[in-house]
Amino acid sequence: MFTNGVRLFLLVTTVAVLAACGGAPAAAPTSAPAAPTAAAEAPTAEAPAAAGANYVLVPKNLGNPYFDTANNGAQEAAKELGVTVTYQGPATADATQQIQLLNSLIAQKVNGLAISADDADALVPVGKEAIDSGIPVVTWDSAIAPGGRQVHINQAVSADIAAVQIQMASDLAGGEGQIAILSATSTAPNQNEWIDLMKTELAKPEYAKLELVDTVYGDDDDTKSYSEAQGLFKKYPDLKVIIAPTTVGIAASARAVQDGNLIGKVFVTGLGTPNQMREYVKSGAAPQFALWNPGDLGYLAIYTLDAIHTGKIKGNPGDTFTAGKLGDYTIDPDGVVLLGKPTIFNKDNIDSFDF
Amino acid sequence: MLTEKKLAPARSMSLAQLASRFRELGIAAFILVLAALVSLRAPAFLSVDNFRDILLNISILVIVALGQMMVIITRGIDLSVSSMIGLTAMMVSSMLVLFPWLPMPAAILLGLALGATLGAFNGLIIAVGNVPPIIATLGTMSIYRGMVFFYSQGSWVNASDMPEGFRRLAKASPFGVPNLILFAVAVLLLVAFFLRLTRAGRDIYAVGSNPDAARFAGIRAQRVIFTVYVLSGLLAGLAGVLWASRFEAAQTNTAFGFELQTVAAPVVGGVNIFGGSGGVIGVVLGAFLLGVIENSLTLVKISPFWQLAAQGLLILLAVVFDAAVLRRMQKRGS
Amino acid sequence: MAKRFLRWEWLLVALIVVMSVVNTRLSPFFLEPTNLLRASSDFMEIGIMMLPMVFIIITGNIDLSVASTLGLSASLLGYLHNAGWNIWLAAAMALLAGALCGLLNGALIARLGLPSLVVTLGTFSFYRGLAYALLGDQAARGYPEAFTLIGQGRLPGTRVPYALLLFIVLAVIFTLVLRGTRFGRYLYAIGNNEAASRYSGVPVRRIKLMIYTLSGLMSALAGMVLAARFGSTRPDIGSGLELTVITITVLGGVSIAGGVGTMVGASLSLLLIGITRFGMGLMNLQGQVQGIAIGALLILSILLPQVGGWLAKRHVWGRATLLPVGAALLVAVAFGWFFFWSRGLMLAAQ
Repeated sequence: MFTNGVRLFLLVTTVAVLAACGGAPAAAPTSAPAAPTAAAEAPTAEAPAAAGANYVLVPKNLGNPYFDTANNGAQEAAKELGVTVTYQGPATADATQQIQLLNSLIAQKVNGLAISADDADALVPVGKEAIDSGIPVVTWDSAIAPGGRQVHINQAVSADIAAVQIQMASDLAGGEGQIAILSATSTAPNQNEWIDLMKTELAKPEYAKLELVDTVYGDDDDTKSYSEAQGLFKKYPDLKVIIAPTTVGIAASARAVQDGNLIGKVFVTGLGTPNQMREYVKSGAAPQFALWNPGDLGYLAIYTLDAIHTGKIKGNPGDTFTAGKLGDYTIDPDGVVLLGKPTIFNKDNIDSFDF
Repeated sequence: MLTEKKLAPARSMSLAQLASRFRELGIAAFILVLAALVSLRAPAFLSVDNFRDILLNISILVIVALGQMMVIITRGIDLSVSSMIGLTAMMVSSMLVLFPWLPMPAAILLGLALGATLGAFNGLIIAVGNVPPIIATLGTMSIYRGMVFFYSQGSWVNASDMPEGFRRLAKASPFGVPNLILFAVAVLLLVAFFLRLTRAGRDIYAVGSNPDAARFAGIRAQRVIFTVYVLSGLLAGLAGVLWASRFEAAQTNTAFGFELQTVAAPVVGGVNIFGGSGGVIGVVLGAFLLGVIENSLTLVKISPFWQLAAQGLLILLAVVFDAAVLRRMQKRGS
Repeated sequence: MAKRFLRWEWLLVALIVVMSVVNTRLSPFFLEPTNLLRASSDFMEIGIMMLPMVFIIITGNIDLSVASTLGLSASLLGYLHNAGWNIWLAAAMALLAGALCGLLNGALIARLGLPSLVVTLGTFSFYRGLAYALLGDQAARGYPEAFTLIGQGRLPGTRVPYALLLFIVLAVIFTLVLRGTRFGRYLYAIGNNEAASRYSGVPVRRIKLMIYTLSGLMSALAGMVLAARFGSTRPDIGSGLELTVITITVLGGVSIAGGVGTMVGASLSLLLIGITRFGMGLMNLQGQVQGIAIGALLILSILLPQVGGWLAKRHVWGRATLLPVGAALLVAVAFGWFFFWSRGLMLAAQ
């Protein structure tokens, strides 16, 4: 009885699910605008109405507030330019999935791609394919190697990002002592570049008394980053500062400091978002950290893409264009556009930011 | 106990029991040797603080692995635990953001209820729909993970949004020991009690060691199988609440990939993947071994690039070692 | 028996037709040959790993380490390339390493009698770990063009990728082996009843060793194709693909319990998943939502064929079933209501 009853139930739900599946593709675009978040503003719903171009903003993965903030900026640019910007990314930050997604975007003949790359090298062939099919490719946040993109929007000069983090670490350590780096995955291209530059920075005489004792990897996973931070406290009892150049790692490290009752003894700094770090700035676990405004990054990426698509610029070094509220930009000889300098957040200014 | 005797020849039963006893001793010995070696190179390993950290780090694993163990005993597997943790963590923390006045017991109950519902759905598909467990839970793993994303539209719940009481739920230590560890111990005792002293608990072993015989003995195998998935979901739900509290965040990828650890802990701890045997002590030792390995690989400063390989190798060694011993015993027995 | 599986394959064909029609109606870009051929390259590594997986699952075993083996061999290729080796020599070594990985799996499973799920769960971490140990935080890049052609090249004068041709040739060979040889019949025999087949003279151990070695070799080959397609290697290359491979195999009618399944079914399933994913991509469905659809497809593929059988039982409609059905429905509705209600509140609050 139990069995048959439940089987009947399964049958009913199966039919219901099937019906829902059948309706899903048609329903998806129409239901999406009902959701108020920017992430859900599906382009397909607006595409027929907008006469303008259709660009796609591709983050490393969906479901990460940092990229969602970039999308908010991109949507703002879209409104000003009268174009449509679709926000579409892979489920996890994985090159294979991202390439699959890009292939389907190329097939749709979109008017431009703004990509934060999961892998600088692996995406070169697909980027090339897009450019060959007449789709402009701009990268932001994390670049595709030259050849697979036309222009890269750099959040800040890598050397500046490295310098500001060492500067903050030196402030917090009082100029001397042991410091350690807690990074994202060991394969992340931008983190690795920053780490190399931080080592160069540390070689300067004013930082002679800072000692970089270790570099560990939290894989941008909250749990792993947390236990790696714990490991650092134990391995180096005299550790003064952890630098985490990743938004996941910095929050996990700050929490590990707080949980271990180490506030005032070990400080955390690096790159993080104000919303994630607010708690720890106020508790003193991470008194200061830095970041650029990801919204501006998305905004500038769309303006650059539009300038190329509409033929205002070719995307060659030396080209100059205007990006709405942000002003004028020039493509430098490496095919890079620079957003600006990173902002330092501390308890005095953090409450005026919401992202 | 009567049913068990009917089900299988006494010798093989005691052999299996002996084997799992031996496995437990073997792992305990392995942990001691590892601990001795590590503390030679890194004295910090033996500190009370470090011991507490290891226990804290494995508490959630123990809770979920105990549910996984009951599933494995019935010859099943539950790969969807990680997604159930993610979904309950997201839903419960969202409720606490909306209604910060909710008392903590209510949050825990909500987590348990959500987890049990998701587990019941697994149980229905498997026990009644006759879908093989690995397939069913592989499917619901994607479905539940997709639901997390659909629920939050990609945004996270951050530390500063959570009520203070919720963040202290896992961390506070009103009894001198952090709550998280107390939760794990309580679950451990309850599961041990359930498996040994209740009819339903013993039925789980009976169904796992021989489903046909269990049916003849009047056990409703289907119901037992349904129950273990509900229990696995229930514990995953509790783990979801504790996870959000401990890590002060609910993200779309919370606990992503965690299912492998929850399978590894029981398997290393001697729970037979072919069903029918395994106990709570083995699971705890298995989880503890995984915790010690992770902790010590960090402490003895093994290059982070070798850590994953070392972890995999140690798990393989534990399993191979055990198989070799079991073989020798079987030869002697026959 | 044969009739039932024939029916399964027809069901897949029907689903493929339905999917194609739906996709064509919803997106004007779906039916373009250029697009379809380009999209096919996203699934060739999965397809190559799927072929030996069919053998393994037919014998009632499983291999969770395929994507890790892929990662290890591609990383070895990169490591040797960075060390200045000739690319073809490096690729040969990588294939050899893949075969050895498979051999180790097979030896632990066949010789020690360990469960395949446990062994390959261990080597899943171990092989991926070795990939990280080899390359660390470095990427290998700058493979010669002759090599990257394997993954990026197309048959001259057409849009047909080489990788697709490679897969088709391999699929034909695997189909013939499974259908037409004694080896193939042994695989089914082992899956149906391992003990009985051992007593009737089937070399069970040797066959297990062979199929796992083959699986390692094919995973390494998939690794070469993927590395060539990327034009580079990082140690995390291809992680997570094992679940897709298993999903496709099972959806193809290869029973996880062993003894049942065909290569044609699995290949049709690859095609079905391929066009479903591509179609959902064209409709800009979010990746996580695609996960829900694939998960549901996997479960329904096993649930649905049973529905006819349930309905045939007359007492399904009896009064005694009302209580459990009612309870289950109530729980489902309550959960659904809570889910959407709290989601609405949460999204409104943001």
